[in-house]
Amino acid sequence: MGDNKTLPAAVKRWDENTVAKTIGRFPERQETFLTISGLPVNRLYTPLDTKDLDYEKDLGFPGEYPFTRNIQPTGYRGRLWTMRQYSGFATAKESNERFQFLLDQGQTGLSVAFDLPTQIGYDSDHPLALGEVGKVGVAIDSLADMEVLFDGIPLDKVSTSMTINSDAVVLLAMYIAVAEKQGVPMDKLRGTIQGDILKEYVARGTYIFPLGPSMRLITDTFKFCSEKMPLWNTISISGYHIRESGSTSVQEVAFTLANGIAYVQAAIDVGLNVDVFASRLSFFFGSHSDFLEEICKFRAARRLWARIMRERFKAKKDSSCRMRFHTQTAGCTLTAQQPDNNIVRVTLQALQAVLGGTQSLHTNSRDEALSLPTEESVQIALRTQQIIGFESGVGDTVDPLAGSYYIESLTNEIENKAMEYIQKIDEMGGAPAAIEKGYIQREIHDAAYSFQKSIDSNERIVVGVNKFQVDEEHKFDYLRVNPESERKQIEQLETLRKTRNDGKVQTALKDLRQGAEGDTNLVPLILEAVKVYATLGEICGVLRDVFGEYKAADL
Amino acid sequence: MSVAELIEGVLNQKRRYLARLISLIENEDIRALEALSQLYKHTGKGHIIGVTGPPGSGKSSLVTKLTAEFRKRSKTIGIVCVDPSSPFTGGALLGDRIRMQEHSLDDEVYVRSMGTRGHLGGLARATSDAVRAIDAFGKDIIFVETVGTGQSEVEVIDVAHTVIVTDVPGSGDDIQAIKAGIMEIADIFVVNKSDLAGADKKVTEINAMLDIDPRERAWRPPVVLTNARTGDGIPELVDNILAHLEHLKESGLLQKKGLQRSRDELHELMKYKLTKELSQKLQGKPEYEKAIKMIAKRKQDPYTVAEQLIAEFLFSETR
Amino acid sequence: MSSSKKIRVLMAKPGLDGHDRGVKIVARALRDAGMEVIYTGLRQTPEMVVRAAIDEGVHCIGLSILSGAHNALFPKIMELLKAEGADDILVTGGGIIPEDDIPDLKKAGISEIFGPGTPLDDIVEYIKANVKL
Repeated sequence: MGDNKTLPAAVKRWDENTVAKTIGRFPERQETFLTISGLPVNRLYTPLDTKDLDYEKDLGFPGEYPFTRNIQPTGYRGRLWTMRQYSGFATAKESNERFQFLLDQGQTGLSVAFDLPTQIGYDSDHPLALGEVGKVGVAIDSLADMEVLFDGIPLDKVSTSMTINSDAVVLLAMYIAVAEKQGVPMDKLRGTIQGDILKEYVARGTYIFPLGPSMRLITDTFKFCSEKMPLWNTISISGYHIRESGSTSVQEVAFTLANGIAYVQAAIDVGLNVDVFASRLSFFFGSHSDFLEEICKFRAARRLWARIMRERFKAKKDSSCRMRFHTQTAGCTLTAQQPDNNIVRVTLQALQAVLGGTQSLHTNSRDEALSLPTEESVQIALRTQQIIGFESGVGDTVDPLAGSYYIESLTNEIENKAMEYIQKIDEMGGAPAAIEKGYIQREIHDAAYSFQKSIDSNERIVVGVNKFQVDEEHKFDYLRVNPESERKQIEQLETLRKTRNDGKVQTALKDLRQGAEGDTNLVPLILEAVKVYATLGEICGVLRDVFGEYKAADL
Repeated sequence: MSVAELIEGVLNQKRRYLARLISLIENEDIRALEALSQLYKHTGKGHIIGVTGPPGSGKSSLVTKLTAEFRKRSKTIGIVCVDPSSPFTGGALLGDRIRMQEHSLDDEVYVRSMGTRGHLGGLARATSDAVRAIDAFGKDIIFVETVGTGQSEVEVIDVAHTVIVTDVPGSGDDIQAIKAGIMEIADIFVVNKSDLAGADKKVTEINAMLDIDPRERAWRPPVVLTNARTGDGIPELVDNILAHLEHLKESGLLQKKGLQRSRDELHELMKYKLTKELSQKLQGKPEYEKAIKMIAKRKQDPYTVAEQLIAEFLFSETR
Repeated sequence: MSSSKKIRVLMAKPGLDGHDRGVKIVARALRDAGMEVIYTGLRQTPEMVVRAAIDEGVHCIGLSILSGAHNALFPKIMELLKAEGADDILVTGGGIIPEDDIPDLKKAGISEIFGPGTPLDDIVEYIKANVKL
């Protein structure tokens, strides 16, 4: 970018005279400065650090390949990002009320959190569900619960994001069935299922089946949606949980994109045309606490994905190379100590995501390190986004930090380092093989451990945790899940089992079993089963029987 | 917990007492010796199966599936899994239970994880005695899973009746077991993960190696293809394990092995005891310290001094 | 024979949540402090936790839950330990546990709760000081 011939000498002079003089009198705070991911940070960046950058090739223009500067030509000037708060509580009825509240508050998309039994394919009365029903999200046992969840919400008008992975296809089928009852055909449905099973093995832990069958469910879904649900995002390839489990930013980009590569390859392998499905892929990243590094991470990820799609998968359409992503502020940076400080953390993290060009954003609530958030805290979190969007002005020009010597240099570095990881994973046979070997898990765990050590040894400061502590008592109102709701949910499930047509259920499950044993697309069979009110646990039970269950790799 | 309580608990199949006894064994507590000496007459009934092989060859998964198959055949199971202890801190992460969860609530299965605590050879120092405790407890089948670092883990042969050596396809062209120096101890070879490419090739290679084995043996180790994920090949493997035990019995090898083991064990124990007694007696003795210095200065030689000290301290009643 | 006692700890994740970053970091820290750490993986029922603790002869159980199921599962584990006569085992908890819940958990027999941000050394020291060897 710069071709100043005299600049190297000038930098040297500055370093040796001006800087040396100052440092003599006022030493710097640290010997070396590192980003939160451990990348070195220089005192100063100049055009020398970006001299190899080719503007048109490496940065280009918003809305054009390689999309470094944003996937929308006009950035947020046309429309702000989607403010989407992940939520979902206890029973379908309570969640429905929360959705109505959020829609009234001006939220523009729904996001559903499911409880853990639902995410792991168990009905609410399964022994392992004890104490978990309705705890981290809504409990869905059957289509009946889903009907209550979306009661009065026009599914042709909202876009719905569902955080569901190993059994995503079952929840998707229920969503389709509810819409059908509302008279909304499936080709009008907008939304996303997370559906990213690979990161479950690596970081989030709600896996059910072994890798092979899990990948099949994903490609079945890809196929089905590419034919019948053109507006549906079939997968949200997630770095968020990888980051939350302790990875660095480079690892977050590398492992997420390596998983993305595995999905694209799997889809191509079952005969899908990359330009038909690629534009339905979406991504999901965390926004951690290193302000500038995170902005660069988003830009680097966007560019690297574009290049992978074009160069590796030969995608012809530009839209296949566009990385659309959702961002959530990093839950792991929230502190239980002085929880109001979290509002400030979330503000900075939200701002990073916006400066990095996210398509949608979830801002965490201040009290999430303590328990599930209260309504008041959720509102502050949403207001944080609204203040950034409507008051700060940062969305009025596209990619405002581009061209900063540091930003461009760090964007390059993250892209290069992530690419090195991806090459290593390729050598192991791709992300699924690297996961089976436990390689990715170990890399993340090592990073997490050394990060924790650096906090314990005060090398890194976390305000209120290892510096500036105060004696405090938390005076928060905690949102408590009523223990009664677990019992109620189980009662409803028992009633359902008694009142539905059991013959139809058994037939549907038998068909599903046959399908699973063969290689037919399972989505239509699952759709049939949910329509006759087979439960989630029954459907996943059949699949568990046929596919077996995943066993975790070593520590 | 007194020794009498311990013994009674173990003999009455109370797993808490067994667990306690194994802890005492690991901690080299004197009560463990007392208990073991009284439990000795109740041992010698279990079929001890060693499982060794290079890292990543699926030993734990294999043991899990074998356990399921033996349970189907109404056998009770004990499992000892050994993992490496850190040579720097002495700590250890024992993660083998992760893969054995399907048996975690089966009353007839007892699983114990063990750190090597500095012992080499693939087992912990306490492994052999722990196996004996489980034997006295009454488990029919006792698995001993070695550390799996891929280094000369041959000690398992001294503990087990039947040694299974695992390998996986695609781990290079070599037979990992040869590299690890455990080819010779196998009674049965298992090529695990039969769904991976190259599984059949690996079987052929191992068989070729066995063809050129110069030792004359009445038992030629079979090579069994398994898949610890699907369970394919596991019933055949169990049949082979039982056939091996049958062979040991019929050929009189079992008795011979038993004699040899008793001889080795007695020898080891005496050696241990003598060494210990000698060093206790020598500890802090001025003659001892002086002799060491003289040897270092080349004024005396260690061979003569050793003879003298042993004669003087170990066999002289007056000291 | 000399005595060479080692602290043995079971790190367990009862319930269904898959967030094992914390439990794995603590496991590693305890190992680095010279302890033998048994890790059983995710999705442990109270029965499985207690069975593993007894079979392995541990001195301490570290439980981690982030889903909010602690009020149901922690006391259940303590109950089962008592029934087995194994309530001499030190039991600690961690994860996301609201402060209001702590008194009841302690009453049930959980000896300490370590919230987010607890330095690893604090956990190590606590266990060393409180286990019955």
